[in-house]
Amino acid sequence: MELDPFVLSRIQFAANITFHILFPTITIGLGWFLLFFRVRYTQTGNIYWEHAYNFWVKVYALTFALGVVSGITMSFQFGTNWPGFMERTGNIAGPLLGYEVLTAFFLEASFLGIMLFGKQRVSNRTHLISTFLVAFGTSLSAFWILALNSWMHTPAGYEIREGQFFAESWSAIIFNPSFPYRFTHMMLASLLTSAFLVAGVCAYRTRKGVDGPATKLVLKSGIYTAALVIPLQILAGDLHGLNTLEHQPAKVAAMEGIWETQKGAGFTIVGIPDQEARETHYALKIPNAASLILTHDPEGEVKGLNDFEEHPPVGPVFWSFRVMTGVGTLMLLVSWWGVWQLFRRDRLSGVALQAVSLMTFSGWVASVAGWYVTEIGRQPWIVQGLVSTTEVVAQHPSATLAGTLFGYVGLYLALMIAYMKALRIMAVKPAKSLEEGSNPLGTPLVGTTA
Amino acid sequence: MSEALPLFFVSAMGLSLLLYVILDGFDLGVGMLLPFGTDAEKDTMIASIGPFWDANETWIVMGVGVLLIAFPKAHGIILTALYIPVTIMLVGLILRGAAFDFRVKSADHRQPMWNKLFALGSLMASMAQGWMLGAYITGLTGDVISVAFSILISLTLPALYIMLGGAWLLIKTEDELFDKAAHWCRLALPPMSFALLLVSIATPLVSADIADRWFKLPDAIGLLPIPMSCALAIIGMDWMLRRPKVLHAGYGWFIFVALMVICMMAAIGLAYSIYPDIVIGRMTLWEAAAATESLQFIFWGAIITLPAILGYTLYVHRVFSGKATELSYE
Repeated sequence: MELDPFVLSRIQFAANITFHILFPTITIGLGWFLLFFRVRYTQTGNIYWEHAYNFWVKVYALTFALGVVSGITMSFQFGTNWPGFMERTGNIAGPLLGYEVLTAFFLEASFLGIMLFGKQRVSNRTHLISTFLVAFGTSLSAFWILALNSWMHTPAGYEIREGQFFAESWSAIIFNPSFPYRFTHMMLASLLTSAFLVAGVCAYRTRKGVDGPATKLVLKSGIYTAALVIPLQILAGDLHGLNTLEHQPAKVAAMEGIWETQKGAGFTIVGIPDQEARETHYALKIPNAASLILTHDPEGEVKGLNDFEEHPPVGPVFWSFRVMTGVGTLMLLVSWWGVWQLFRRDRLSGVALQAVSLMTFSGWVASVAGWYVTEIGRQPWIVQGLVSTTEVVAQHPSATLAGTLFGYVGLYLALMIAYMKALRIMAVKPAKSLEEGSNPLGTPLVGTTA
Repeated sequence: MSEALPLFFVSAMGLSLLLYVILDGFDLGVGMLLPFGTDAEKDTMIASIGPFWDANETWIVMGVGVLLIAFPKAHGIILTALYIPVTIMLVGLILRGAAFDFRVKSADHRQPMWNKLFALGSLMASMAQGWMLGAYITGLTGDVISVAFSILISLTLPALYIMLGGAWLLIKTEDELFDKAAHWCRLALPPMSFALLLVSIATPLVSADIADRWFKLPDAIGLLPIPMSCALAIIGMDWMLRRPKVLHAGYGWFIFVALMVICMMAAIGLAYSIYPDIVIGRMTLWEAAAATESLQFIFWGAIITLPAILGYTLYVHRVFSGKATELSYE
């Protein structure tokens, strides 16, 4: 691939959206955790729930801020880099994005102020409602943007006149065939990501000996949530896969690395797909498993890549899929192991604590890999089967694009390092001042550790 | 209905951008003023915008969102033409927003660095927005006049934001910081007035049509309230900023109100000049408009949600009314 404007624009968009999605993936789930902590405190009067809230709301504030600023970039890049997309599909994409801004962005951003800094200024009830509205707003935002994203995969409810899309049925557009699966899959992914984040950080705190009673409450909440959600996620993922097979069979063929149409196709655990030779080298296969998963019949027929006129690049889709499912399997093992230990002796062993803390960012890895499967799997289309990605790109000079790409990636890497460091500073802060003292934000003293 | 919908949306876009300039304008202004406060003052300055900046910033997403929803054809033309300033603005907004949190959550010795990045981000975003405004009102031509004009506005628009920031601090702070804020406003007033004058004379110069609209009798008489109220606001601010006693007597808010008047008048004047174009000299808002059924679908959403948004924005301001206090999560 040479660095033409198209390739550069795609890399830039991928870099932006990869960086962006990390933060909403946390905030969508963590918002509900925070509401849970506050509701538990209100119900039981147990001050440690409040301490748990006070610790995690700071992580939330930081994560939310990064999500907002990287999200604004996205809203501009549709126009700056992919103007053709809006010119062609603006009648459909515009209103969906508009509803996201109108119903979700203002709601979450406005009540975030009260949620973060208003606890002393409003009643407990108002603060609970504000926390709920922020959590609800982030989920509503996911609803609209996933409606649009799903429509790009499985377009419905439209008609095309002179190359432009027109809306025929808004309910068909919003509830397009892949939307229920994708939305469920993403919401569960957010819950899992935040469950492993809170459990991982708390396990780390326990290992460092800076934990307190609140740490234990949160650790348990995280482990139980993860153990409960991961089987649901595996089920949702399976159903989503079947839905993809129906609407985007080439994507599934790339995920499985199946080249020839065959009956009784095996599932490749690992292997090296080779698009030039059109085969998968060193494939380690479970016989008939792919047919069984995809058609629920061990002898069912699966269409291979060679029988599609257009198909996505196989390697990235194939590998991302294995990263996602591999991390998902680890999540299942670690969370159930944790639950088993909690049942037996109400605490985690040293090894389990280490395993859980190693899994702190596992949700990020799985979510990003999952998004790569579905987005790269849609190529060469921006709207499946109807608009190709090359048609809609803006023709900026390569030098300009290379410059902005370099700037964005540098900035994102720096912010990523700063985010990790800030999380670590928060995580190693001893429980005494963290969980019992008060930590006003804004005094120079607090700059150290709040 | 189909004729009126683009008008409704262009008004919604104008209102969003006007609200953005006023609301995020004071955030960005406070950001640019940050290096001039002491360490304790810096914390108060940040605290004065803490609960609001995120929602304030959303108005630009709304503005560009309406452009995209209602005028998809213009959206592509405008944003591709503004590729570089948009990128600079985005990087600035990212730095500002990230620094807001990192300055109190990173290691202690890093705080000065994040304070600087907060100010730098605010300055970058302000200057880039000036550039975008300059390029837009000279018709996105990219010729010498357009570029020169963009540079001039990008150097002077920050003065408006600094004034808004200073005026905000007059509402939200006390004592020494209050006096400093008055001083900053005094310094920013002449360049701001100059910027306003520049924008006012540029549009008629760019197009004979626009010149006709402003200087032909009898229309010109009807338009007089626009420049006159701006002039009055500037004179009023100048008078008051020279009289600390009046400011201290609790009239600091007047500066902010006067600036709001100026922003509103500038918006009305600009709208009057440009209408009915959306890309000056190239595309009218009807040519750029999305399909009627799409506009209808979002129209009802906007009618219901916009009043709610304005309502809870006011509510949040009421919750955090009065002088800024230390930001505490607990």
